[in-house]
Amino acid sequence: MNTTQQRSIWQKTLLGTATSVALASAGMMGMVASANAQDTFKVGFVTFLSGGASGPFGVPAAQGADIVVKAINEGTLPAPYNSKGVNGLQLETVVIDEAGGPTKQVEEYRNLVQRQNVDAVIGYISSGDCLAVGPVAEEMKMFTIAFDCGTPRLFQEIENPEYLFRTGLDAVADNVGAAHYLAETRPEAKRIAGIQQNYAWGQDSWEDFTLSIEQLMPEAEIVNNQTPQIFQGSYGTEISALQTRRPDIIHSSMWGGDMESFVAQANARGLLGQATALLTTGESGLHRFDGQAPNGTILGGRGPFGGFMPENDLSTWFTKAYEAEHGTPPSYPASKAAQAILALKFAADNSGAEGVPTPEQLAAALKGAKFESVSGTVDMALAGGHQAMQPMLYGEYHFVDGKAELRNIRSYPGECVSAPDGQNPQEWIKAGFPGAKCD
Amino acid sequence: MLTVWAILIDGFIYASWLFLVAAGLTVIYGVMRILNMAHGSLYALGAYAAASALGWYYAGGGEQLWMAFAIIAVSAVLIGAVTGLAIERGLLRLMYGRDEILMLIITFAVLLILEDVMKLVWGTTPYFAYQPYAAMGRINIDVLTVSQYDLMVVGVSIVIGVGLWFWLERTRIGKILRSIIHDREVSEAMGVNVRRMFTITFMIGATLGAIAGGVTAPIISVVPGIGIEVIVLAFAVVVTGGLGSILGAAIGAIIVGLARATSIHTMPELELFIIYAVMAAVLVFRPHGLFGQAIARKI
Amino acid sequence: MKLERTELSLIGVAVAVAILAQFSPNWLVFTLTLAISTALVVMGVVMLMRAGLVSFGQGLFYCLGGYAVGLGGRFLGITDALMLVGLGVGVTVAISMVLGLLVTRYREIFFAMLSLAFSMILYGVLVKSHDLGSTDGFGVVDWSILGYQPGTGESGTRAALLLALVIALAIALFLNRYFKSSLGLACEAIRENEVRVEYMGISRQQVLYINYVIAAAIGSVGGSMTALTAGHVDPTMAYWTISGEFVFIAILGGTGHVAAPFIAALIFTLVRTYAVELAPNAWQMILGIVLLLIILFLPKGIWSLFTRKRRTAS
Repeated sequence: MNTTQQRSIWQKTLLGTATSVALASAGMMGMVASANAQDTFKVGFVTFLSGGASGPFGVPAAQGADIVVKAINEGTLPAPYNSKGVNGLQLETVVIDEAGGPTKQVEEYRNLVQRQNVDAVIGYISSGDCLAVGPVAEEMKMFTIAFDCGTPRLFQEIENPEYLFRTGLDAVADNVGAAHYLAETRPEAKRIAGIQQNYAWGQDSWEDFTLSIEQLMPEAEIVNNQTPQIFQGSYGTEISALQTRRPDIIHSSMWGGDMESFVAQANARGLLGQATALLTTGESGLHRFDGQAPNGTILGGRGPFGGFMPENDLSTWFTKAYEAEHGTPPSYPASKAAQAILALKFAADNSGAEGVPTPEQLAAALKGAKFESVSGTVDMALAGGHQAMQPMLYGEYHFVDGKAELRNIRSYPGECVSAPDGQNPQEWIKAGFPGAKCD
Repeated sequence: MLTVWAILIDGFIYASWLFLVAAGLTVIYGVMRILNMAHGSLYALGAYAAASALGWYYAGGGEQLWMAFAIIAVSAVLIGAVTGLAIERGLLRLMYGRDEILMLIITFAVLLILEDVMKLVWGTTPYFAYQPYAAMGRINIDVLTVSQYDLMVVGVSIVIGVGLWFWLERTRIGKILRSIIHDREVSEAMGVNVRRMFTITFMIGATLGAIAGGVTAPIISVVPGIGIEVIVLAFAVVVTGGLGSILGAAIGAIIVGLARATSIHTMPELELFIIYAVMAAVLVFRPHGLFGQAIARKI
Repeated sequence: MKLERTELSLIGVAVAVAILAQFSPNWLVFTLTLAISTALVVMGVVMLMRAGLVSFGQGLFYCLGGYAVGLGGRFLGITDALMLVGLGVGVTVAISMVLGLLVTRYREIFFAMLSLAFSMILYGVLVKSHDLGSTDGFGVVDWSILGYQPGTGESGTRAALLLALVIALAIALFLNRYFKSSLGLACEAIRENEVRVEYMGISRQQVLYINYVIAAAIGSVGGSMTALTAGHVDPTMAYWTISGEFVFIAILGGTGHVAAPFIAALIFTLVRTYAVELAPNAWQMILGIVLLLIILFLPKGIWSLFTRKRRTAS
């Protein structure tokens, strides 16, 4: 065989393949770009559609967003959002799966902005994804709203954000609020234990919670903390380990299916009769526990969301529309997604732009603004006007006659549970919450 | 003292669950030399089938515990056997004789496909079938409680282990299978229908995976992705014990189970890598696992 | 030094890609850079495969390379990209020289599981490292190269691509020679029959050990490039599913040629990004089906498309 001849043939094929792949992709991009007409506003929505976070968080969030988007396009939202579209433009969404880790999400984010030519991006449940995507959003100058991720590091790493917003609270507020609620409603508790998923969220939550307990309940003793793997599912051994430490209170930041599994198993094993559980994300199970959690279990909803939504036109409308479509009331991830879409509408309507507002116009309109939402009036008061300051709520689960409800709800204002702008939250807690207004 | 008891009880409960998950994997590997990554999907399928069947039963007003167990068994066996048959006849059959690693990648592709198929069939909302777990009640030892359902899992696992042993060592099919394990070509020459034996083995292995899932369903919330979490765990147990050995899988499960329980009760921080550390440590001293046999090198 | 035709064509393709990249949209440049970085790690997997070993833990070195870049920038104040990549290679070679002593004694699934175990132990350690952001990971500093600051944005992505191209080209040229060297050929002989290799007076232990360490170093370069490009590192890099992805791409491309992993990585990345976009609920299924079809119809990987053409041509 003639080696020179073989080589030159595969060379050509190789070059040919490489160029055609590149050309084909470039061509597809061109098509997408030309299909993007001027009378629509295209928004990328990134949420978990596969993996363990999809069922309890990702999909309800996508459903919540979808309902609000539809209503915006039809103009059927209550005031002040009763105009059709955003700034008169029809909303078009591109939904992307958040699974696959931060590196892949950075890649998908770039694809959204440059290949799909979206006008804004809303999304991100995972803190790791937020931390990775945030700097890219600033670099690419794209208006981006993080609707759920809770890491307090987000606006510590990005010091002067311009394009990145977060329309919810960070996880510090969850745990400071939880400690306040315990101190007020269970002052006699002496032995406190915890169980957290073994990753950044669980570790951060436990650190903030124990620091706050040291300040607010100095008499109480931290007896144990279990760190099962995320999506582990069965917690038999962890439950025994907790039982042997005889706690009064069990704090858990576990979420979704893991949290529900833990509650069902701990209840069947009698642990929840021996100790009261405090679940910082427990609201997402409010309509799913079905009596599996004992009455008096303390639930949080990461702010005034889901079952903690205040009564107003928007929340009444949203609950009704969501229930009509999906058969259950919206949980907190659904309301948080709805809030982010409303923030987008608010920013677009007030951008003063003709046609499609630019990212700069959107950012200027949302920065430091106050807008109406399903959770009441949202004040973008933190991180230089880029993060919402909202009250934190906790309540007790009660299951009576086949209906679940929240009782003994207490609300802590934003100034009580969030560190003032520019302060390191852990230092703020250790210093005894200077400047906090808790009345 | 309470902690020691707790470690022993939890360790054995976890070990029997691990054995249930790993048994099917080791049976398939022992006979067919296929390391079946899709075992995790069969576990998930069994869990989904049992959870949805139980949900339907309890929604219809049923409350008999024995009926619930029958439903778990029937739904898991059905879905395991049918899926196992479909995978073996529809796909693996076309691939026999390929490299062991290539077979592993093929089952990985099956795992990816089944993950999405399950999502299309059952959606992403978690399924809950806690009723049997709650209804079985518990035993109290001081503050420690033991769920009777967990004790039942230990029983199921012992029954399956002894059953597998009896099947392989004391029945005609078992003898034929052992001859295939020993030397595939010679058994074929002696008139053994190896292909049919492969079908039977794969169906049994798949069913064992589905049963593990079905039994676990009342304990956990069944969500997408549970199969992926389980597969590496099962691999670790099987490799620790020695591939293809039932006794190895049992001992491997007990070692891993006790090590994990000890870590959780005394040093919860180490739990994440204790399983891998145990596996690495065993392999350092026993390169083919505890009960694995070194294969004679071909010259 | 006289260049072979394969080498000339590799250089030609690299130059062509570099020129085309100047006219390509930014997202494509970014995707291409990630694909090249991935291909480098896959190269390491392919090297092991040529010796008959399949590693389900190559993510260990990928992650080491990535974290070396992240930590070197954050705590040692190094911003030069080449220094950071070199730091990763240094750390990885040191670690792989220790691990190699152990794992090269193993074959088949035991090698696969042992390498997986070490990778998962690193994952566990990183998840527990609260100061390094645990699972959230942390951002990589803005890097420079030989005093030049590409900055962020478009110019940064293009600079990253050029850097990746140069490094990948150097590695590909090296491996092309390596595969034909006595060491590289001894690896293939070991895959076929290691006892006979011993009879010929070659120490298989030594051959596998050197091969393992080189594969690790190349994997680390891939991880470093990914970190520089994506600007973020996190422990997922060491998780076993990522290592599984590398094996997946290696099988997709086949072990026939140094260019195979690059083509496979590019096709894999493009298939995945379009699958995620077109079928956000069923992209795993699409990947699985593509993989099955490749194994069924192209058992030696995508590369066999080229060799098949050659056969019909001659």
